[in-house]
Amino acid sequence: MTVTTLTTSRTPRAEGGIGWLEANLPKIVLAPSFALTLVFVYGFILWTVYLSFSKSRLVPNYDFVGLEQYYRLWSIPNWYVALTNLAIYGTLYITFSLILGLLIAILLDQRIRAEGLLRAIYLYPMAVSFIVTGTAWQWFLNPGLGLDRVMHAWGWQSFTFAWLIDPRMAIYTIVIAGVWQTSGFVMAMFLAGLRGIDNEIIKAAQIDGASTPKIYWRVIIPQLRPVFLSALIVLAHMAIKSYDLVIALTGGGPGNATEMPSTFMYSYTFSRNQMGVGAASAVIMLMTISALIVPYLYSELREKKT
Amino acid sequence: MKCFRELMTAVMVAGALSIGTARADESVEVLHWWTSGGEAKALNILKETLQKQGVTWKDMPVAGGGGTQAMTALKARVAAGNPPAAVQLLGYDVTDWAEEGALADISAVAEKNGWDKVVPPALQAFSKYKGKWIAAPVNVHSTNWVWLNKALYDKAGGKAPENWDEFIALLDKFKAAGVTALAQGGAPWQDATVFDSVVITTGGIDFYKKALIDLDATALGSDTMTKVFERMSKLRSYFDSNRAGRDWNLATAMVIKGEAGAQIMGDWAKGEFAAAGKKPGEDFVCIRFPGTQGVVTFNADQFAAFKVGKEQQEAQFKLVADVEDPSFQSSFNVIKGSAPARIDVPDTAFDSCGKKAIADLKEASTKGTLIGSFAHGHASRANIKLAMYDVITRELNGQLEPAAAAKALVAAVKNAQ
Amino acid sequence: MSAQASATHPRGLSRLLIYGSLGLFALFYMLPLFVMIVTSLKSLDEIHSGTMLSLPVAPTFDAWEKAWSSACSGLSCNGVKGYFVNSIRMVVPAVVISAMLGAFNGYVLTKWRFTGHRWIFGLMLFGCFIPFQVVLVPTARLLGSLGLANTTTGLVLVHVVYGIGFTTLFFRNFYIAFPDELVRAAMLDGAGFFQIFFRILLPSSLPIIVVTVIYQFTNIWNDFLFGSSFAAGEAAPMTVALNNLVNSSTGVKEYNVNMAAAIFAALPTLFVYLVAGRYFVRGLMAGAVKG
Repeated sequence: MTVTTLTTSRTPRAEGGIGWLEANLPKIVLAPSFALTLVFVYGFILWTVYLSFSKSRLVPNYDFVGLEQYYRLWSIPNWYVALTNLAIYGTLYITFSLILGLLIAILLDQRIRAEGLLRAIYLYPMAVSFIVTGTAWQWFLNPGLGLDRVMHAWGWQSFTFAWLIDPRMAIYTIVIAGVWQTSGFVMAMFLAGLRGIDNEIIKAAQIDGASTPKIYWRVIIPQLRPVFLSALIVLAHMAIKSYDLVIALTGGGPGNATEMPSTFMYSYTFSRNQMGVGAASAVIMLMTISALIVPYLYSELREKKT
Repeated sequence: MKCFRELMTAVMVAGALSIGTARADESVEVLHWWTSGGEAKALNILKETLQKQGVTWKDMPVAGGGGTQAMTALKARVAAGNPPAAVQLLGYDVTDWAEEGALADISAVAEKNGWDKVVPPALQAFSKYKGKWIAAPVNVHSTNWVWLNKALYDKAGGKAPENWDEFIALLDKFKAAGVTALAQGGAPWQDATVFDSVVITTGGIDFYKKALIDLDATALGSDTMTKVFERMSKLRSYFDSNRAGRDWNLATAMVIKGEAGAQIMGDWAKGEFAAAGKKPGEDFVCIRFPGTQGVVTFNADQFAAFKVGKEQQEAQFKLVADVEDPSFQSSFNVIKGSAPARIDVPDTAFDSCGKKAIADLKEASTKGTLIGSFAHGHASRANIKLAMYDVITRELNGQLEPAAAAKALVAAVKNAQ
Repeated sequence: MSAQASATHPRGLSRLLIYGSLGLFALFYMLPLFVMIVTSLKSLDEIHSGTMLSLPVAPTFDAWEKAWSSACSGLSCNGVKGYFVNSIRMVVPAVVISAMLGAFNGYVLTKWRFTGHRWIFGLMLFGCFIPFQVVLVPTARLLGSLGLANTTTGLVLVHVVYGIGFTTLFFRNFYIAFPDELVRAAMLDGAGFFQIFFRILLPSSLPIIVVTVIYQFTNIWNDFLFGSSFAAGEAAPMTVALNNLVNSSTGVKEYNVNMAAAIFAALPTLFVYLVAGRYFVRGLMAGAVKG
């Protein structure tokens, strides 16, 4: 099947005027969205990049100061904490969300009764804002108030779960809450992917005598590769953007133990009146995002869709 | 014909009337984060007063982080070019905005009502910029207080500690009695509030000025500062283990309920006691942090007047005038737990802790020992304050040794400038 | 559809294992919601004295009533009901407009390809990933100069702009799988640009429309940052009011009221998910996320 350029297969009804309009209608329809993106996304990214080279503190200031803000950024201990946390959180969050999402999708795909209800149960966390669930999770993980206390009340006296207040372990509580929030969405993606796999391939593998786990491992999961990529991208961007989650659960604490680039950027731009440093950290964040997204986009758009 | 003429007259009259009333926009938009029931009650007094003067109060509350979210919303509004008429701001934040030229000159109102004579000079430093009034102070909180549960306090001897060692002895008695000696929350600003008092009690007011206001590097890295941090670590041994993420008012609740003996907190804590129906002297005791009697580290909320269009100015001026009205000052501060921002307000409506606050304020203002609280943005700019928070909170959480903390403090201040 | 289930569909003990695991997972997901509901039905004393998971001794809807009509969000103590309306007034246009634009964009990018269409799509897609704090101040300035500062219209515009990337992505991936022959046949019959869209593509687009609507509704309804910066005050959306309720710096924390208010805030999204959940999965399958 050839890629059709539908515009040229039409004979223009009239020269100039209407004809031009009709010939270029698709582009005209697309134009507003594209223009808005250019301004609101790329224009503002450029503006932020400029700000990262400026003296901005409380409000934007356009005096050029070279790399000063970047030097400042890289000499702040908190920034390194934030980057480390992002690496830990990002890896664990993405990995566990993918594994859990895939696992539940495979389980749900086994012709379960009440699949609709179960699916809704797994999906709903994504729908609920973290201002809302943050308090519930904070309680749950708070030693003395939450799980700890419940376990003691049930008789298990030696149980302790104090990760939330431990500077070294607090980041893992955020992983738990994060996985809870988005793995349902990942599950939905995988479920849809599973439902789209061609039956013939499966049947062929079974005729060859492969066992169920082997079929999944060798045949089905590789077919899900496109879904893995999409899920990875959605999870990656959520990991980088996660602000509400961190603030609601730990507020960046204990101390600064759970500082993330998103909270760092917010704090320096809006609370500490150091917009220049905030802009510099934002530029670094954007570069990280690009490093992840651009290869995906390249592979996604490279394929000939016919 | 007659009909037509009547119609035209009516139209012209309506037109004339509408032109007349369209000139002054009698509404003020106020951005603040006083969103709890008690504070709402207190602010409503202002709203109703303005209502009687024909001004509508357009409320713009944004809670969260003790003003963090509100500041973000404010920056968005300023960037958009339509700031609210009045914004709740503290300390150097007012100065920062004034430097950007965003604040309006309300000296006319100040002169008319004689604010210069009744607002303490230390406070005026933040309400004025280059000699012009740009904000109306609402209250004067102070941070060097300790709040004690009366029953536990009496059992531990009932004598107010007057210096550090006596304070430690008292805390030891609480610990021996089996309760949490010191109730503390989890946020960095709470750690910094404790820091305020420990610095004064350890180094005196001159050291406080040199280190926290002048940001002198030798003072910040000195042995006195190391001693301060050692004392902070000592206090840590009296906390309970569940304090991470705890809100400050939940820590106060521990004292109210007798689960903890004491809390080091500013006098907004009194509002919590009042809301729980507790009375000073009967259920709880308020003392100045041992070793800081005579000094008041203050923290004043101000309504900063932002530059708005001419139509809104009249309403804005009415608002700031009403803020300094003595009867509003009395009613608002009784509820809030703070002292009035003008020293000529009678203290009849205040309880015993409130009366003490007012008396201490007068004394400190006269003696020159009224200084801005570092923890609440009245000693240094936000970027420096928060950079120092980082060090203080890490030290108090056990992630830094005292000597290393002093060095880190010097580096943090240098880097944030 | 799930035909492989018949082939790999195990029996007996495996079945038990599967249901067991799903049940355990469901428990994990449900716990916070359970805590929220249970807490909202208790009195404050009971909350302080009991444990998180214990059932209410004497369940009462007092907290719910208070949250709806008398809780304080700033000076007005009228609960959250008024802000519901604000949110709906803002979300509905934003979702409709961004979905429509996404549909047209997807249509153009797949059926009317021109040189550079991949670049344009890629550039638009990147807009999905920009952190909102980065664009807050410049957006505010731009809105101000357009005269839209602090209006619902301005907020709708912002949500539309930052939603276009996702909606275009969903529709584009969906329409790419749509057979070109149908479109060409329609053209040969003399159908124009819009006619093809409305008569041929749109009727078959229900699954992806539902997906897009759900995704956009969720994200826009739960947004706090833009809402508090561009529409605080009278026209504030639900999330701002909820935040004011829950995150007050002083005063007794009325956990039951907070939880009740939070449940109210979540109801529309939960409703949308429950009802349209079926379509969601079907829609996703139709290409929203396939590479």
